Amino acid sequence: MSKEWPLWEVFVRSQHGLAHKHVGSLHAPDAGMAVKNARDVYTRRNEGVSIWVVRSADIAASSPSERDALFDPASSKVYRHPTFFPMPDEVKNI
Amino acid sequence: MSTDAHLLEYLLRLADSDLVLAQRLGEWVGKGPVIEEDIALTNVGLDLIGQARLWYGYAGEVEARLTGEGRDEDQFAFRRDAHEFRNLLLAEQPNGSYADTIARQFLFDQWHLLALCVLARSSDARVAEVAAKGAKEAAYHAERSADWVIRLGDGTDESHRRMQAAIDELWRYAGEMFVPDAAEIALAEAGIGADARALQAPWDAAVDAVLAEATLARPAAGHVQKGGKQGRHTEHLGHLLAEMQFLQRAYPDARW
Repeated sequence: MSKEWPLWEVFVRSQHGLAHKHVGSLHAPDAGMAVKNARDVYTRRNEGVSIWVVRSADIAASSPSERDALFDPASSKVYRHPTFFPMPDEVKNI
Repeated sequence: MSTDAHLLEYLLRLADSDLVLAQRLGEWVGKGPVIEEDIALTNVGLDLIGQARLWYGYAGEVEARLTGEGRDEDQFAFRRDAHEFRNLLLAEQPNGSYADTIARQFLFDQWHLLALCVLARSSDARVAEVAAKGAKEAAYHAERSADWVIRLGDGTDESHRRMQAAIDELWRYAGEMFVPDAAEIALAEAGIGADARALQAPWDAAVDAVLAEATLARPAAGHVQKGGKQGRHTEHLGHLLAEMQFLQRAYPDARW
């Protein structure tokens, strides 16, 4: 057994209907304990209705050096934004 | 003794066990084995303080019915000496190693959850209300401490040895939870309190199941150390109170 517990990323859903949101990370020996620790570390002020945890090592991330190739081409394409549709005021969370 | 006199005594037992154990858990702040455990233990402690406050609040009202004047939560917590505290001896035992802390928590949580579930059906509406709220917290505490007993018991040779030693050491204090006195029996018969004796069988079943999964041996029945509920404590409580009460004793009614 290695001395350090693996790192877990924590996602909390704050209310029904919303998506889980990344809130931070913590150490835990396994998934069960990671959920328990996440409950104590990230939802003690009534923030959540659901918790996901995933091992940080299992997340594939884009590399900062690829930033220009990945993101710059999208910067000048205003027509991709759906801002031309007026949304009724009553519609939330979009 | 009147029912209210018994009830006051009983409420102080519930409140004092919560408060004293919470103070012990608070001693881990900044010293937990990992920061996640540090926070989790403190959360449990804060839950217990929350419950203690509700019990003290009701105890003060019952005391006012009896004597015309009831103490508030701070007077109960900070202005009583060790012999006036009614907590279980188990709650005041020192933190020791992490295995000792987990063993103490495990033995207490299993009892606490059972007791609160019975009290949630109390004929006294206030008792039922506070217990129902506390039972949800206690269910999590019980799951968490049992989880650690299993992890440490069924872990490495070293963790197994230390977990077993901790259970063996604290076992003598567990029996007190199931030995009622006249006040408790009277309240149980009135449908207000929990019958301590009736909690023994379900506690045994729950504890045995966890110990088996943790590959730990249930200690043989031996001498039961008791007296906490009547105010006869181990030498540890005085030291705990000295630290907890210092500010209010040195500067009565100090506020910030």
